[in-house]
Amino acid sequence: MKSSYDILVVGGGPAGALAAKTAARAGNSVCLIEKRSAIGTPVRCAEGVGKELLKEYIKPDPRWISAEIERARLISPDGTTVSLEQDKAGNEVGYVLDRKVFDRELVWQAAEAGADVVVKTRATEPIMENGGVRGAKVLSSGTPAEIRAEVVLAADGTEAQFARRAGLDTTVPLREMMSCAQYLMTGIDIDAGSTDFYLGNEVAPEGYLWVFPKGDRTANVGIGISGRKSRDGSRAKDYLDRFVAKNFPDGKMIEAIVGGVPVCRPLACTVADGLMVIGDAARVVDPLTGGGIGNAMFTGRLAAQVASECISAGDCSKEALMTYDAGWRASHMGRIIERNYKVKEYFITLDDKKLNTLAASIANISLKEFSVSTLIKELIKRNPKMLLELKALKDMLA
Amino acid sequence: MLRINRDKCGYCGTCVAVCPEDALELIDAYLSLERDCIACGICARACPLGALEVVHEE
Repeated sequence: MKSSYDILVVGGGPAGALAAKTAARAGNSVCLIEKRSAIGTPVRCAEGVGKELLKEYIKPDPRWISAEIERARLISPDGTTVSLEQDKAGNEVGYVLDRKVFDRELVWQAAEAGADVVVKTRATEPIMENGGVRGAKVLSSGTPAEIRAEVVLAADGTEAQFARRAGLDTTVPLREMMSCAQYLMTGIDIDAGSTDFYLGNEVAPEGYLWVFPKGDRTANVGIGISGRKSRDGSRAKDYLDRFVAKNFPDGKMIEAIVGGVPVCRPLACTVADGLMVIGDAARVVDPLTGGGIGNAMFTGRLAAQVASECISAGDCSKEALMTYDAGWRASHMGRIIERNYKVKEYFITLDDKKLNTLAASIANISLKEFSVSTLIKELIKRNPKMLLELKALKDMLA
Repeated sequence: MLRINRDKCGYCGTCVAVCPEDALELIDAYLSLERDCIACGICARACPLGALEVVHEE
């Protein structure tokens, strides 16, 4: 670890790794710091990712793919199952990853591209000069140090403290923080080719419960509920324990993890003088699905590209770095986040009765395409009694 | 004041992200109250495990 770099990346998840790799390949001196003592662990993720999305960043490798998914099933409160089959749809579904190996692979690629990687090193606060970020004060295995940089990329995940300490408001409102718990379970009867989503206010208020296969008879069984629904006796862990006791009483738990998924809108601004915020820290998680891996890699790569250009041009001011902010907002990802935020805000208003009605209306159809907009168009077509509210939803998509 | 039950805590940082005062810090594998806490209880609500508790002194 040197005392000065072109680019400092705070956080070694997928956003930070893609940023470090991209920046190093462009010829910058890069340092990636990770506060934990190991990359990729503990996992705070259900590990699902879209196939096409993933392939834009890395060649799929069986070393970090736990399962290939052929269908997704939505299970309504009364048990009605809507099955979305890959072979009936025009696009592919996804993978369930092994994040411990996947994250290491991404950081290894960053290191191979020339980036320095330092673990057990925590950014305590930004170095601020003339209102701009000029690096970070760090504690590296307990030893204080300063790392100066032309641009700092904050990839510190859900906590998002680096950007906060540089003056950006990253606080997630309680109702938009999904409080999550997950068990990696084995010895359970599951469909190894299906990601299952259980919906309903008794099962997972304002969220969903998932069963994502990790192989034969093994799955991530997890849940996210809105922070405002979380209280003693009805926390994420309580809902999950009840589901497991009922559905997988003989399953063995080989890992128990927890985490928070921000499903608020992205930060109002993701740059400042000398600073760019990427991945979960920028709150670019898909608000409907809670998926964040693809968006983290997208924003990480884009931010590093813009940072490289700005460093070459000798201008890393907020105005110059805004190219990144404007870029992701205008991108496909940016538009999907905005749309899915509205869809999420509608779906959390539905009671179980309406969820059942909607599920029943599309339980036996085959969708031509695997997408939120196709699903909503079908719901509108088949639920004349809910036309008004669904129409409002459709207008949001337009 | 805020009481952290370290045996219950899963070190996930959900509380850190919802804290309006930036008072909590997740340091590798332990959670620490680093700055002034206003005992608002938002972190205690968000915690997936119930590891945080606002204790009002008598």
